[in-house]
Amino acid sequence: MMNAIEVSHLRVIRGRRVVLADLSCTVASGTVTGLLGPSGSGKTTLIRAIVGVQEVAAGQLTVLGQPAGSPELRRQVGYVTQTPSVYADLTVRENLAYFATMAGVATSAVARVIETVSLTALSRTQVGQLSGGERARVSLAAALLPSPQLLVLDEPTVGLDPLLRQELWALFHQLAAQGVSFLISSHVMDEADRCGRLLLMREGAILADATPEDLRQRTQADDLEGAFLRLIALQASA
Amino acid sequence: MTARRTLATCGRVLRQLRHDPRTVALMLVVPCLLMTLLRYVYDGKVQVFDHVAPVLVVLFPFTVMFVVTSVAMLRERSSGTLERLLTTPMAKGDLLAGYALAFSTAALIQVGLVMVLVVGPLGLKIGGSLSVLGLVALLDALLGTALGLFLSAFAKTEFQAVQFLPAFVLPQLVLGGLFAPRSEMLPVLNWLSDLMPLSYAVDAATRAAASHVWTSTLATDVLVVAACIPLSLGLGALTLRRRTP
Repeated sequence: MMNAIEVSHLRVIRGRRVVLADLSCTVASGTVTGLLGPSGSGKTTLIRAIVGVQEVAAGQLTVLGQPAGSPELRRQVGYVTQTPSVYADLTVRENLAYFATMAGVATSAVARVIETVSLTALSRTQVGQLSGGERARVSLAAALLPSPQLLVLDEPTVGLDPLLRQELWALFHQLAAQGVSFLISSHVMDEADRCGRLLLMREGAILADATPEDLRQRTQADDLEGAFLRLIALQASA
Repeated sequence: MTARRTLATCGRVLRQLRHDPRTVALMLVVPCLLMTLLRYVYDGKVQVFDHVAPVLVVLFPFTVMFVVTSVAMLRERSSGTLERLLTTPMAKGDLLAGYALAFSTAALIQVGLVMVLVVGPLGLKIGGSLSVLGLVALLDALLGTALGLFLSAFAKTEFQAVQFLPAFVLPQLVLGGLFAPRSEMLPVLNWLSDLMPLSYAVDAATRAAASHVWTSTLATDVLVVAACIPLSLGLGALTLRRRTP
Protein backbone atom coordinates (compact mmCIF):
# COMPACT_ATOMS: atom_id res chain seq x y z
CA MET A 1 0.00 0.00 0.00
CA MET A 2 1.16 3.52 -0.73
CA ASN A 3 2.26 5.62 2.19
CA ALA A 4 0.30 8.76 2.98
CA ILE A 5 3.31 10.29 4.70
CA GLU A 6 7.01 9.52 4.30
CA VAL A 7 9.51 11.34 6.47
CA SER A 8 13.21 10.69 6.07
CA HIS A 9 16.08 12.19 8.03
CA LEU A 10 14.06 15.19 9.12
CA ARG A 11 15.93 17.81 11.08
CA VAL A 12 14.17 20.79 12.64
CA ILE A 13 15.77 23.53 14.71
CA ARG A 14 13.60 26.02 16.58
CA GLY A 15 15.53 28.93 18.02
CA ARG A 16 18.73 27.30 19.21
CA ARG A 17 17.11 24.03 20.12
CA VAL A 18 17.34 20.98 17.88
CA VAL A 19 13.77 19.70 18.24
CA LEU A 20 14.04 16.87 15.74
CA ALA A 21 17.58 15.66 15.09
CA ASP A 22 17.20 12.94 12.48
CA LEU A 23 13.70 11.57 12.33
CA SER A 24 12.33 9.06 9.86
CA CYS A 25 8.88 7.48 9.82
CA THR A 26 5.99 6.53 7.56
CA VAL A 27 2.22 6.62 7.83
CA ALA A 28 0.35 4.12 5.67
CA SER A 29 -2.64 5.23 3.60
CA GLY A 30 -6.08 4.48 4.93
CA THR A 31 -4.98 4.01 8.52
CA VAL A 32 -5.64 5.86 11.75
CA THR A 33 -2.13 6.38 13.07
CA GLY A 34 -1.55 7.71 16.55
CA LEU A 35 1.45 9.90 17.30
CA LEU A 36 2.01 9.46 21.00
CA GLY A 37 4.49 10.87 23.39
CA PRO A 38 4.85 13.17 26.37
CA SER A 39 4.41 16.90 25.82
CA GLY A 40 7.64 18.44 24.63
CA SER A 41 8.64 15.36 22.67
CA GLY A 42 8.33 17.15 19.33
CA LYS A 43 4.92 15.91 18.18
CA THR A 44 3.61 19.32 17.19
CA THR A 45 6.86 20.19 15.38
CA LEU A 46 6.67 16.95 13.37
CA ILE A 47 3.03 17.63 12.55
CA ARG A 48 3.77 21.20 11.50
CA ALA A 49 6.56 19.94 9.23
CA ILE A 50 4.19 17.41 7.65
CA VAL A 51 1.54 20.02 6.86
CA GLY A 52 4.23 22.33 5.52
CA VAL A 53 4.07 25.26 7.93
CA GLN A 54 7.33 24.49 9.75
CA GLU A 55 10.72 25.61 8.47
CA VAL A 56 12.86 22.53 8.05
CA ALA A 57 16.66 22.40 8.32
CA ALA A 58 17.17 19.13 6.45
CA GLY A 59 15.42 15.97 5.36
CA GLN A 60 12.67 14.91 3.00
CA LEU A 61 8.94 14.92 3.59
CA THR A 62 6.57 13.39 1.10
CA VAL A 63 2.85 13.73 1.68
CA LEU A 64 0.40 11.95 -0.67
CA GLY A 65 3.24 11.63 -3.17
CA GLN A 66 4.10 15.37 -3.17
CA PRO A 67 6.73 17.32 -1.25
CA ALA A 68 5.20 18.58 2.02
CA GLY A 69 3.79 22.09 1.74
CA SER A 70 3.32 22.04 -2.04
CA PRO A 71 0.37 24.07 -3.28
CA GLU A 72 -1.37 20.95 -4.69
CA LEU A 73 -1.60 19.58 -1.15
CA ARG A 74 -3.56 22.56 0.21
CA ARG A 75 -6.84 20.99 -0.92
CA GLN A 76 -5.90 17.45 0.08
CA VAL A 77 -4.55 17.79 3.59
CA GLY A 78 -6.64 18.97 6.51
CA TYR A 79 -4.82 20.30 9.56
CA VAL A 80 -6.34 20.92 12.98
CA THR A 81 -4.16 22.78 15.45
CA GLN A 82 -4.06 22.11 19.17
CA THR A 83 -6.02 25.23 20.06
CA PRO A 84 -9.11 25.73 17.92
CA SER A 85 -8.20 28.15 15.13
CA VAL A 86 -11.54 29.76 14.36
CA TYR A 87 -12.94 33.27 14.87
CA ALA A 88 -14.52 33.54 18.32
CA ASP A 89 -16.55 36.61 17.29
CA LEU A 90 -18.30 34.90 14.38
CA THR A 91 -21.01 32.24 14.39
CA VAL A 92 -20.26 28.62 13.51
CA ARG A 93 -21.84 29.09 10.10
CA GLU A 94 -20.07 32.39 9.37
CA ASN A 95 -16.72 30.82 10.25
CA LEU A 96 -17.22 27.82 8.01
CA ALA A 97 -18.70 29.81 5.12
CA TYR A 98 -15.62 32.03 5.17
CA PHE A 99 -13.15 29.16 5.32
CA ALA A 100 -15.07 27.40 2.53
CA THR A 101 -14.61 30.40 0.23
CA MET A 102 -10.93 30.71 1.11
CA ALA A 103 -10.42 26.98 0.53
CA GLY A 104 -12.18 27.22 -2.82
CA VAL A 105 -14.97 24.86 -1.79
CA ALA A 106 -18.67 25.19 -2.69
CA THR A 107 -20.72 26.69 0.16
CA SER A 108 -22.90 23.57 0.12
CA ALA A 109 -20.01 21.88 1.96
CA VAL A 110 -20.74 24.04 5.02
CA ALA A 111 -24.00 22.29 5.95
CA ARG A 112 -22.35 18.91 5.36
CA VAL A 113 -19.43 19.49 7.74
CA ILE A 114 -21.67 21.08 10.39
CA GLU A 115 -23.71 17.91 10.32
CA THR A 116 -20.62 15.69 10.39
CA VAL A 117 -19.46 17.24 13.67
CA SER A 118 -23.07 17.36 15.04
CA LEU A 119 -23.29 21.12 15.47
CA THR A 120 -26.41 21.78 13.38
CA ALA A 121 -28.37 23.03 16.40
CA LEU A 122 -25.60 25.50 17.24
CA SER A 123 -24.80 26.74 13.74
CA ARG A 124 -26.07 30.26 14.48
CA THR A 125 -24.24 30.58 17.79
CA GLN A 126 -21.11 32.67 18.13
CA VAL A 127 -18.07 30.44 18.57
CA GLY A 128 -16.97 32.43 21.61
CA GLN A 129 -20.10 31.27 23.44
CA LEU A 130 -19.44 27.58 22.77
CA SER A 131 -17.77 25.13 25.13
CA GLY A 132 -14.19 24.02 24.54
CA GLY A 133 -15.31 20.76 23.00
CA GLU A 134 -17.77 22.45 20.66
CA ARG A 135 -15.12 24.93 19.59
CA ALA A 136 -12.73 22.07 18.84
CA ARG A 137 -15.40 20.54 16.62
CA VAL A 138 -15.86 23.80 14.69
CA SER A 139 -12.11 23.79 14.07
CA LEU A 140 -12.32 20.18 12.90
CA ALA A 141 -15.27 21.00 10.66
CA ALA A 142 -13.21 23.72 8.97
CA ALA A 143 -10.50 21.15 8.20
CA LEU A 144 -13.12 18.79 6.74
CA LEU A 145 -14.43 21.38 4.25
CA PRO A 146 -12.29 20.40 1.24
CA SER A 147 -12.94 16.66 1.88
CA PRO A 148 -9.24 16.02 2.48
CA GLN A 149 -7.58 12.66 1.84
CA LEU A 150 -5.34 13.11 4.85
CA LEU A 151 -6.28 14.67 8.17
CA VAL A 152 -3.54 15.69 10.57
CA LEU A 153 -4.90 16.44 14.03
CA ASP A 154 -2.85 17.83 16.89
CA GLU A 155 -4.27 16.70 20.23
CA PRO A 156 -7.90 16.92 19.04
CA THR A 157 -9.38 15.37 22.16
CA VAL A 158 -7.44 17.20 24.87
CA GLY A 159 -9.72 18.55 27.59
CA LEU A 160 -12.83 16.83 26.27
CA ASP A 161 -15.19 14.76 28.37
CA PRO A 162 -15.06 10.97 27.84
CA LEU A 163 -18.36 10.80 25.99
CA LEU A 164 -17.35 13.49 23.52
CA ARG A 165 -13.97 11.85 23.06
CA GLN A 166 -15.68 8.61 22.20
CA GLU A 167 -17.92 10.40 19.70
CA LEU A 168 -14.96 12.06 18.03
CA TRP A 169 -13.05 8.80 17.72
CA ALA A 170 -16.15 7.18 16.23
CA LEU A 171 -16.22 10.02 13.70
CA PHE A 172 -12.53 9.52 12.85
CA HIS A 173 -13.12 5.80 12.24
CA GLN A 174 -16.21 6.52 10.17
CA LEU A 175 -14.17 8.89 7.95
CA ALA A 176 -11.28 6.41 7.83
CA ALA A 177 -13.70 3.78 6.54
CA GLN A 178 -14.41 6.18 3.66
CA GLY A 179 -10.69 6.16 2.82
CA VAL A 180 -9.37 9.18 4.75
CA SER A 181 -5.94 8.68 6.34
CA PHE A 182 -5.39 10.05 9.83
CA LEU A 183 -2.40 11.13 11.83
CA ILE A 184 -3.56 12.04 15.33
CA SER A 185 -1.29 13.17 18.11
CA SER A 186 -2.03 12.66 21.77
CA HIS A 187 -0.21 12.58 25.06
CA VAL A 188 -2.90 10.38 26.59
CA MET A 189 -1.76 6.80 26.32
CA ASP A 190 -5.23 5.29 26.72
CA GLU A 191 -6.19 6.80 23.37
CA ALA A 192 -3.57 4.65 21.67
CA ASP A 193 -5.83 1.63 21.65
CA ARG A 194 -8.19 3.45 19.32
CA CYS A 195 -5.48 3.71 16.66
CA GLY A 196 -4.65 1.09 14.06
CA ARG A 197 -1.00 1.94 14.25
CA LEU A 198 1.20 3.84 16.68
CA LEU A 199 4.26 6.01 16.46
CA LEU A 200 5.75 6.47 19.90
CA MET A 201 7.83 9.55 20.24
CA ARG A 202 10.22 10.77 22.90
CA GLU A 203 12.79 13.57 22.89
CA GLY A 204 12.49 14.20 19.18
CA ALA A 205 12.93 10.59 18.06
CA ILE A 206 10.59 7.74 17.15
CA LEU A 207 10.82 5.05 19.85
CA ALA A 208 8.55 2.55 18.17
CA ASP A 209 6.35 2.11 15.10
CA ALA A 210 3.95 -0.77 15.69
CA THR A 211 0.32 -1.80 16.18
CA PRO A 212 -0.96 -1.55 19.77
CA GLU A 213 -1.11 -5.34 19.88
CA ASP A 214 2.52 -5.77 18.76
CA LEU A 215 3.65 -3.27 21.28
CA ARG A 216 2.01 -5.04 24.18
CA GLN A 217 3.48 -8.36 23.10
CA ARG A 218 6.94 -6.99 22.56
CA THR A 219 7.09 -5.32 25.96
CA GLN A 220 4.94 -7.81 27.88
CA ALA A 221 3.10 -4.87 29.36
CA ASP A 222 -0.62 -4.90 30.18
CA ASP A 223 -1.32 -1.39 29.04
CA LEU A 224 0.32 1.00 26.65
CA GLU A 225 1.49 3.30 29.38
CA GLY A 226 3.51 0.41 30.78
CA ALA A 227 4.69 -0.51 27.29
CA PHE A 228 5.93 3.01 26.75
CA LEU A 229 7.87 3.00 30.03
CA ARG A 230 9.38 -0.39 29.28
CA LEU A 231 10.47 0.73 25.83
CA ILE A 232 12.28 3.68 27.35
CA ALA A 233 13.98 1.37 29.85
CA LEU A 234 14.94 -1.07 27.11
CA GLN A 235 16.39 1.74 25.04
CA ALA A 236 18.37 3.08 27.99
CA SER A 237 19.88 -0.35 28.74
CA ALA A 238 20.72 -1.06 25.10
CA MET B 1 -5.79 36.53 -5.99
CA THR B 2 -9.52 36.37 -6.66
CA ALA B 3 -12.23 38.98 -6.16
CA ARG B 4 -14.37 36.33 -4.47
CA ARG B 5 -11.84 35.64 -1.74
CA THR B 6 -10.97 39.31 -1.26
CA LEU B 7 -14.64 40.21 -0.86
CA ALA B 8 -15.20 37.25 1.46
CA THR B 9 -12.36 38.47 3.67
CA CYS B 10 -13.72 42.02 3.62
CA GLY B 11 -17.17 40.70 4.56
CA ARG B 12 -15.76 38.56 7.32
CA VAL B 13 -13.81 41.44 8.89
CA LEU B 14 -16.87 43.71 8.73
CA ARG B 15 -19.02 40.96 10.24
CA GLN B 16 -16.53 40.66 13.12
CA LEU B 17 -16.79 44.42 13.62
CA ARG B 18 -20.58 44.17 13.61
CA HIS B 19 -20.42 41.61 16.41
CA ASP B 20 -18.40 44.14 18.42
CA PRO B 21 -20.67 47.22 18.52
CA ARG B 22 -18.66 48.90 21.25
CA THR B 23 -15.56 49.07 19.07
CA VAL B 24 -17.64 50.47 16.21
CA ALA B 25 -19.14 53.07 18.53
CA LEU B 26 -15.69 54.07 19.80
CA MET B 27 -14.35 54.31 16.25
CA LEU B 28 -17.17 56.62 15.19
CA VAL B 29 -17.87 58.64 18.31
CA VAL B 30 -14.39 59.34 19.66
CA PRO B 31 -13.13 61.44 16.71
CA CYS B 32 -16.36 63.47 16.75
CA LEU B 33 -16.07 64.03 20.47
CA LEU B 34 -12.46 65.15 20.18
CA MET B 35 -13.26 67.56 17.36
CA THR B 36 -16.07 69.09 19.41
CA LEU B 37 -13.71 69.41 22.37
CA LEU B 38 -11.10 71.08 20.19
CA ARG B 39 -13.64 73.51 18.81
CA TYR B 40 -14.46 74.76 22.31
CA VAL B 41 -10.84 74.77 23.45
CA TYR B 42 -10.28 77.31 20.67
CA ASP B 43 -13.60 79.06 21.26
CA GLY B 44 -12.00 82.48 21.40
CA LYS B 45 -9.64 81.78 18.48
CA VAL B 46 -11.70 80.26 15.73
CA GLN B 47 -8.98 80.89 13.14
CA VAL B 48 -6.69 78.46 15.04
CA PHE B 49 -9.43 75.84 14.89
CA ASP B 50 -9.81 76.49 11.17
CA HIS B 51 -6.09 75.84 10.79
CA VAL B 52 -5.78 72.74 12.99
CA ALA B 53 -9.07 70.97 12.28
CA PRO B 54 -8.33 69.93 8.66
CA VAL B 55 -5.12 68.27 9.81
CA LEU B 56 -6.93 66.39 12.56
CA VAL B 57 -9.70 65.31 10.17
CA VAL B 58 -6.91 63.52 8.32
CA LEU B 59 -5.03 62.20 11.36
CA PHE B 60 -7.90 60.64 13.34
CA PRO B 61 -8.76 57.96 10.82
CA PHE B 62 -5.08 57.17 10.33
CA THR B 63 -4.48 56.63 14.03
CA VAL B 64 -7.67 54.66 14.70
CA MET B 65 -7.26 52.43 11.65
CA PHE B 66 -3.61 51.81 12.50
CA VAL B 67 -4.40 50.56 16.01
CA VAL B 68 -7.51 48.58 15.08
CA THR B 69 -5.81 46.89 12.15
CA SER B 70 -2.63 45.97 13.97
CA VAL B 71 -4.56 44.43 16.86
CA ALA B 72 -6.94 42.59 14.50
CA MET B 73 -4.03 41.18 12.51
CA LEU B 74 -2.15 40.21 15.65
CA ARG B 75 -5.24 38.34 16.84
CA GLU B 76 -5.33 36.57 13.51
CA ARG B 77 -1.75 35.46 14.04
CA SER B 78 -2.07 34.37 17.66
CA SER B 79 -5.41 32.57 17.26
CA GLY B 80 -3.99 30.31 14.57
CA THR B 81 -6.55 31.44 12.00
CA LEU B 82 -3.78 33.02 9.93
CA GLU B 83 -1.93 29.71 9.85
CA ARG B 84 -5.13 27.96 8.86
CA LEU B 85 -5.71 30.45 6.03
CA LEU B 86 -2.14 30.04 4.82
CA THR B 87 -2.66 26.28 4.49
CA THR B 88 -5.59 26.94 2.10
CA PRO B 89 -5.13 27.80 -1.60
CA MET B 90 -5.83 31.50 -0.97
CA ALA B 91 -3.32 34.16 -2.02
CA LYS B 92 -1.79 36.46 0.58
CA GLY B 93 -3.15 39.40 -1.38
CA ASP B 94 -6.71 38.12 -0.79
CA LEU B 95 -6.24 38.55 2.92
CA LEU B 96 -4.42 41.90 2.80
CA ALA B 97 -6.73 43.45 0.23
CA GLY B 98 -9.76 42.15 2.14
CA TYR B 99 -8.54 43.82 5.31
CA ALA B 100 -7.73 47.06 3.49
CA LEU B 101 -11.15 47.09 1.86
CA ALA B 102 -13.02 46.40 5.12
CA PHE B 103 -11.22 49.03 7.13
CA SER B 104 -11.41 51.64 4.40
CA THR B 105 -15.17 51.12 4.42
CA ALA B 106 -15.11 51.77 8.16
CA ALA B 107 -12.81 54.76 7.58
CA LEU B 108 -15.14 56.15 4.93
CA ILE B 109 -18.00 56.24 7.44
CA GLN B 110 -15.75 57.70 10.12
CA VAL B 111 -14.34 60.42 7.85
CA GLY B 112 -17.82 61.22 6.55
CA LEU B 113 -19.22 61.67 10.05
CA VAL B 114 -16.34 63.87 11.21
CA MET B 115 -16.55 66.05 8.09
CA VAL B 116 -20.30 66.55 8.43
CA LEU B 117 -19.86 67.50 12.07
CA VAL B 118 -16.92 69.82 11.52
CA VAL B 119 -18.36 71.66 8.55
CA GLY B 120 -21.90 71.71 9.94
CA PRO B 121 -22.42 72.30 13.67
CA LEU B 122 -18.79 73.19 14.42
CA GLY B 123 -18.68 75.74 11.61
CA LEU B 124 -15.25 75.03 10.12
CA LYS B 125 -14.39 77.47 7.36
CA ILE B 126 -11.82 76.40 4.83
CA GLY B 127 -10.70 78.09 1.67
CA GLY B 128 -10.16 74.88 -0.20
CA SER B 129 -12.12 71.89 -1.37
CA LEU B 130 -13.90 69.58 1.05
CA SER B 131 -13.82 66.70 -1.38
CA VAL B 132 -10.03 66.89 -1.72
CA LEU B 133 -9.73 67.00 2.05
CA GLY B 134 -12.00 63.94 2.24
CA LEU B 135 -9.86 62.17 -0.33
CA VAL B 136 -6.70 62.88 1.66
CA ALA B 137 -8.40 61.63 4.84
CA LEU B 138 -9.47 58.42 3.15
CA LEU B 139 -6.01 57.79 1.69
CA ASP B 140 -4.57 58.39 5.12
CA ALA B 141 -6.97 55.91 6.72
CA LEU B 142 -5.90 53.35 4.11
CA LEU B 143 -2.27 54.10 4.88
CA GLY B 144 -2.98 53.53 8.59
CA THR B 145 -4.54 50.17 7.73
CA ALA B 146 -1.64 49.15 5.50
CA LEU B 147 0.99 50.17 8.04
CA GLY B 148 -0.94 48.42 10.81
CA LEU B 149 -1.00 45.21 8.78
CA PHE B 150 2.74 45.44 8.21
CA LEU B 151 3.86 46.46 11.70
CA SER B 152 1.66 43.93 13.48
CA ALA B 153 4.20 41.32 12.35
CA PHE B 154 6.69 42.83 14.78
CA ALA B 155 4.43 42.62 17.83
CA LYS B 156 4.20 39.41 19.80
CA THR B 157 1.48 40.55 22.19
CA GLU B 158 -1.44 42.97 22.06
CA PHE B 159 0.37 45.15 24.61
CA GLN B 160 3.24 45.55 22.17
CA ALA B 161 0.89 46.25 19.27
CA VAL B 162 -0.81 49.06 21.20
CA GLN B 163 2.61 50.51 22.13
CA PHE B 164 3.35 50.94 18.43
CA LEU B 165 1.03 53.93 18.54
CA PRO B 166 3.32 56.04 20.77
CA ALA B 167 6.42 54.43 19.29
CA PHE B 168 5.56 54.79 15.64
CA VAL B 169 2.72 57.26 15.17
CA LEU B 170 3.49 59.95 17.78
CA PRO B 171 6.99 60.76 16.43
CA GLN B 172 5.37 61.29 13.03
CA LEU B 173 2.82 63.60 14.62
CA VAL B 174 5.49 65.57 16.47
CA LEU B 175 7.64 65.97 13.37
CA GLY B 176 4.77 66.14 10.89
CA GLY B 177 4.30 69.89 11.05
CA LEU B 178 1.28 70.01 13.31
CA PHE B 179 3.14 71.58 16.24
CA ALA B 180 5.86 73.48 14.43
CA PRO B 181 6.33 74.17 10.72
CA ARG B 182 8.67 71.56 9.26
CA SER B 183 10.75 74.21 7.49
CA GLU B 184 11.68 75.77 10.83
CA MET B 185 12.96 72.54 12.36
CA LEU B 186 16.61 71.57 12.83
CA PRO B 187 17.92 70.28 9.48
CA VAL B 188 18.24 66.72 10.77
CA LEU B 189 14.65 66.74 12.07
CA ASN B 190 13.41 68.29 8.87
CA TRP B 191 15.21 65.54 6.96
CA LEU B 192 13.68 62.88 9.21
CA SER B 193 10.22 64.34 8.71
CA ASP B 194 10.76 64.07 4.95
CA LEU B 195 11.03 60.31 5.38
CA MET B 196 7.76 60.01 7.28
CA PRO B 197 4.57 59.44 5.31
CA LEU B 198 2.43 61.37 7.79
CA SER B 199 4.32 64.57 7.03
CA TYR B 200 2.96 64.43 3.48
CA ALA B 201 -0.53 63.73 4.78
CA VAL B 202 -0.38 66.79 7.06
CA ASP B 203 0.96 68.95 4.22
CA ALA B 204 -1.71 67.67 1.86
CA ALA B 205 -4.47 68.37 4.38
CA THR B 206 -3.19 71.90 5.02
CA ARG B 207 -2.90 72.65 1.30
CA ALA B 208 -6.24 71.11 0.43
CA ALA B 209 -7.89 73.20 3.14
CA ALA B 210 -6.11 76.40 2.08
CA SER B 211 -6.97 76.59 -1.59
CA HIS B 212 -9.10 75.15 -4.37
CA VAL B 213 -6.12 75.00 -6.71
CA TRP B 214 -4.54 71.61 -7.36
CA THR B 215 -0.94 72.76 -7.11
CA SER B 216 1.86 70.41 -8.06
CA THR B 217 3.02 70.31 -4.43
CA LEU B 218 -0.45 69.16 -3.33
CA ALA B 219 -0.45 66.55 -6.07
CA THR B 220 3.00 65.34 -4.98
CA ASP B 221 1.90 65.10 -1.34
CA VAL B 222 -1.20 63.11 -2.28
CA LEU B 223 0.83 60.85 -4.56
CA VAL B 224 3.41 60.13 -1.86
CA VAL B 225 0.68 59.15 0.62
CA ALA B 226 -1.04 57.04 -2.03
CA ALA B 227 2.21 55.32 -3.03
CA CYS B 228 2.99 54.40 0.56
CA ILE B 229 -0.20 52.29 0.67
CA PRO B 230 0.79 49.56 -1.84
CA LEU B 231 4.34 49.77 -0.48
CA SER B 232 3.20 48.95 3.08
CA LEU B 233 0.79 46.28 1.81
CA GLY B 234 3.68 44.72 -0.12
CA LEU B 235 5.88 44.77 2.98
CA GLY B 236 2.95 43.28 4.90
CA ALA B 237 2.70 40.46 2.36
CA LEU B 238 6.38 39.69 2.95
CA THR B 239 5.66 39.17 6.65
CA LEU B 240 2.96 36.58 5.91
CA ARG B 241 5.01 33.45 5.54
CA ARG B 242 3.50 30.05 4.91
CA ARG B 243 6.42 28.44 6.74
CA THR B 244 7.52 29.79 10.11
CA PRO B 245 10.52 28.84 12.26
